[in-house]
Amino acid sequence: MHRTKVKVAADALDANATIANANRDDFDRAGVAVVNLMSAPGAGKTTLLERALEDLDGVRAGVLEGDVQGSMDADRIAALHVPVVQLNTESGFGGECHLDANMVRSAIGDLPLAELDLLVIENVGNLVCPAEFRVGEDARIMVCSVTEGEDKPLKYPLMFRACELVVVNKIDLLPHLDFDLERLLANVDAVNPGTRVMLTSARTGEGVGEWREWLAAVPGRVAAAV
Amino acid sequence: MHELSISSAIVDTALKHADGRRVTRVDVTVGALRQVVGESLAFYFEIVARDTECDGAELGLETVAAWMHCRTCGQEWDPAPRPEAGHAGPELSLPAFRCPACERPDAEIVRGDELEVESIEVETAEEEQCIAPR
Repeated sequence: MHRTKVKVAADALDANATIANANRDDFDRAGVAVVNLMSAPGAGKTTLLERALEDLDGVRAGVLEGDVQGSMDADRIAALHVPVVQLNTESGFGGECHLDANMVRSAIGDLPLAELDLLVIENVGNLVCPAEFRVGEDARIMVCSVTEGEDKPLKYPLMFRACELVVVNKIDLLPHLDFDLERLLANVDAVNPGTRVMLTSARTGEGVGEWREWLAAVPGRVAAAV
Repeated sequence: MHELSISSAIVDTALKHADGRRVTRVDVTVGALRQVVGESLAFYFEIVARDTECDGAELGLETVAAWMHCRTCGQEWDPAPRPEAGHAGPELSLPAFRCPACERPDAEIVRGDELEVESIEVETAEEEQCIAPR
């Protein structure tokens, strides 16, 4: 046997990117703007989403819930009479710690795309792998709660660099924590200069109006960019 | 922890280009901004490659340092945090993604976000190598 060198020169994530583009085409055709919502486990993605979906200014939203297992989050969203599909990475996907383009593709048929303006894909709670895998989204948001520590942007720059909006949640807890908000904001700016940052408390409702407006404006921004 | 996901992507890419042939080596280029830990990647690569045509293949890893370019003023720089000797405070180890010259945020990555399979080495039958008749 001989050994022959074969030139490849391909991005290792090309296969995912190809499927992500196919998803994007489907979303564009249906006129649905898509956001990929990411965070560490327990940062408050689902609660923030619930607060926003209660009144999204006439925008017809749907949700794709990504979790390793269980449908607790999807049940919470369904209670708001919002179309929701639960995607469990445990069943058939080997319990992956993130959603990839192919998993999202498998769920597209279950979503009423024709009836939606906005699809929120709530990724699996994880600050590492979701940053690597595009799923066909128009915008990427990450939620970072003040109980996580102000050094997180420096530890997970890939995630903080990947998103265009950072929502700092649970700010109602600030008086009880040794959390340096200024340091967090400086760290976010160091890894992703100029990115938009919002301060919220899903619990008290502080900043939720701004978050809701930002989300409701996504379909308009996407339509204007096409 | 993303080394497992990345290893799978590398093995899949290698298998696609190997087209059924046995793979003995995979060479990848990874930019510093991808935050890939080499030993961790090699560890997962070996596991993911098992029972595929990449089983036992050697993984060659070349890392590329990051390099930024400012769209506003044209400045180029290395964004890697550089704590100064004797001043190892956390504020001094911040990465520099904002232009150090004009301080505008409008910078692009020139190098450092690569995640590429450059080449693979495959086993081929002898006759495939010998085009001219003996």
